[in-house]
Formats: sequence, C-alpha cells, structure tokens
Amino acid sequence: MSSDAKKVLTGPIVDNNPIALQVLGICSALAVTSSMANALVMTLAVVFVTAFSNLFISIIRNHIPSSVRIIVQMAIIASLVIVVDQVLKAFSYQLSKELSVFVGLIITNCIVMGRAEAFAMKEKPGVSFLDGIGNGLGYGAILMLVAFFRELLGFGKLFGIEILPLVQNGGWYQANGLLVLPFSSFFIIGLLIWAIRQWKPEQVEKD
Amino acid sequence: MSSKKETFGGTVGFVLAVCVVCALLVSFSAVQLKPLQKANKLLDQQTKILEASGLLEKAGKDVVKTYNEFVIARMIDLDSGEFIEGDVINFDERRNSRDKALSIKPESDLAGINRRSNTAVVYLVKDDAGVIDTVVLPIVGSGLWDLMYGYVGLEADLNTVKSVIYSDHKETPGLGAEVLNPAWKALWPGKKIYNDAGEVKAKLVKGGAKANDIHGVDGLSGATLTSNGVTNTLQFWFGKEGYNTFITKYLVEGVK
Repeated sequence: MSSDAKKVLTGPIVDNNPIALQVLGICSALAVTSSMANALVMTLAVVFVTAFSNLFISIIRNHIPSSVRIIVQMAIIASLVIVVDQVLKAFSYQLSKELSVFVGLIITNCIVMGRAEAFAMKEKPGVSFLDGIGNGLGYGAILMLVAFFRELLGFGKLFGIEILPLVQNGGWYQANGLLVLPFSSFFIIGLLIWAIRQWKPEQVEKD
Repeated sequence: MSSKKETFGGTVGFVLAVCVVCALLVSFSAVQLKPLQKANKLLDQQTKILEASGLLEKAGKDVVKTYNEFVIARMIDLDSGEFIEGDVINFDERRNSRDKALSIKPESDLAGINRRSNTAVVYLVKDDAGVIDTVVLPIVGSGLWDLMYGYVGLEADLNTVKSVIYSDHKETPGLGAEVLNPAWKALWPGKKIYNDAGEVKAKLVKGGAKANDIHGVDGLSGATLTSNGVTNTLQFWFGKEGYNTFITKYLVEGVK
C-alpha cells in the first residue's frame, strides 16, 4: 500500500479524527454509546455508509451538476442507510431494536456528508473509498472508547459480560447513574479530546 | 465538479437517473430481506412467549419447535370474553387500535394507549401431559417515554403470576429499563393479580414491597414513572376493559 493511501486510511483515526478534531457526528456519539455492542454495530454501519457513499459519489463526481450536488449526495447516502437498516433488521433483530432510530439518523451524521462534499467530490474512487473507511473507523474508535467507559462504569459490564458485580445483583459495585445517561458522553468526549491534544499538541487551535 | 456546461434537461435527467438507481437498490434490499425480517420478528415474539411461560430454558436453541409443540395461540373478543376465529399470526394490537371499526376508546384509559383493539391474542401453554397449565396474556401501556409491550404469564388459576416479561420498550437505560433485569423479574412468580373480591391489586410499590405482600412487587428505583406505568398497565389489562371478562369466562367454561 502506498504511503498516501495509508495516510488517507489511518489519518482520521487519531491525527484528523472526525469527532475529536473536527467535532462532527457528536449527536449519534451521545446516543448509541451506552453499550459496547451497540457502539460496534453503529461503527460498522457508519464505516459501510461512509465508504460506499464516498465510492459512489466519487465515481459520478464529474457528472454531478454542481447546482444539485448536495441533493444527489443525500439521495445516495439515504439509500445506503436504508439498506443498512434493512440488513440489520434481517440479521440482527435484537440490536436493530436497540439502535432503532439511530441507524436511520446516520443520514444526518455530518461525517458522511462532510466527507462526500470535502473529499469524494474531488478525489478518485479508490482513495475516496479508503477515506470513507478511515473516517468511519475514526468515528468508531471514539465511539468504542466512550462506550467502554460508559458501559463499564454505568452498568459494570463490557459487551454485556459482567466485570464489576452490581450492588443490586448482590455485588459490591454501585453503578454510576450519570454515565448511563446520554449526555455523560459530553464529559468523556471532552476528556478524550483533551488527552489527544496533550499527546499531539499540534491539534490545539491557535488563539 | 462538472466541467461541462449545465443544462436544465441534463440536470433533471441526471437526478432522475440517480433516483431510479437508488430506488432499485432500496426496493431490492427491502423485498429480498423481507422474509428474513418477518422470521426474525416471529422468532423474537415466540422467544418472549416461551420466556413468559417458563419454557425458554427447556427450549434451548430450538425455540420454534418448542413453541409449536406447547403453545396454542387463540384469538379472543375482549368484550364478550369468548374465543373467536382469527388470524393470530398477523395480529397487531396497535394496528387494530388505529382502526375505529376494530377498536374502542376505553372509558378509563389507565394504560395510556388511547384506543384498545376489540380482539386480542392469548397464548395457552400446555405442560408435558398436554394439559394447559399456563396462559400468557400480552399487555401494552405507556411508560415514561413511550409504549411498553410485554407479556404476563399466569398459572392455570389465571390469578397467580408466573412472569412479567417486557419485550419492547424505550425506557431509560439503568433506570426504567431495569424492567428487563432478571433480579426484578424474579420478584414476580407467585404474586396474585386479584384479591378475594376480584379487584386488581397487583402493583409496584415505591420504596420496596413488604415481605408478606402477595400483590406488590418492589418498584424500580429511580424510575417512578416507569413503575407507575407498569402498575397502570396491569390495572387496565386485568380490569373490566381488559382481560377480566375473558378470565371469568375461561375459569368457568375452559377452552372451547
């Protein structure tokens, strides 16, 4: 793999993370991170949608009339999201019930639209596809980290397996009710952004 | 971006072409996956009914076989309490409740469901000897955020609770969603729905039920509104606008 392609693929995971650096896609990051299983499925769904929307939009980028380009992008993204939703319902009914509306709301995830407009409209299909996967993974990495803390401290579990036995089930761990609620992700994402910028000071915006 | 000059016809044509391709993709996936989705939904429902009747462990992986062997789904008319003929597989309480011809507006809408279907599907569950020893009744009612759907499993006396199993809800994780906690569900077996006078007494008790309370179960801590919702749902569905008529008749006449 050439170094350019590698940069496109892995860059969004830390160096140019869509959530931590660009602060996009926060809404769904709050909603689906109460358990790691949900976050993982959401990650896969977003990787699929960003990758293929980037690919298809890049293939027809020279033919899209610029006056209606956003609508064309939306049509493609929305179709892909519906396909993902249908596939989830067919193969993982339990998870699709828990994720319910949030899969549909991938349509409004700014990361998908942002990459389509900023990257896929200019670049070749292959590299756009990689950029889609990379950004999906960057989104997913943060999602999984947030879900790790929320599920472990909020429910005493990881992937539904009990790690810290809860008081209400006869154990010793008093679950943190704050982390169960969606807005607690704001704190975790904030701390993550701070941690990443301590590690990579070049991400800090100049005043 | 397009390097060619844009024309009105070209733009419209392009958008139409994109729409047709997208529509084909979406309809293809929807139609192709429909049978799988339907099977999943049915399997989920059957799993919950087996759980409510206490057969899930025995069923192991073979939910469908156990369900077909032990469970009989029958449609009933809620007002007369009689068994009637009907399509039990495609029955949908909420769809009926949107149809004025198939539903009524309850006089006291405790469960917060607005309209109630005239018919319901009940599940009669046989034991190994083929005698009906459990009846599973579906319930629906408002929680804090949205309607909560579930099943109540009753012993053959149609008063002693075997289980209260919620299958679908949108309550707060960690608080109202604790209706799915096995420790809470384990509080239900043996509780009585009705007192000797035939009044619905089953309820959730805020702060915890007393040890000798045969009707009350501990409320969900931190989820008063969900707990109230569960109590009201039980009050409604076992009251006279719910299954009460059916239960009275069933106890006298049995299965017809």
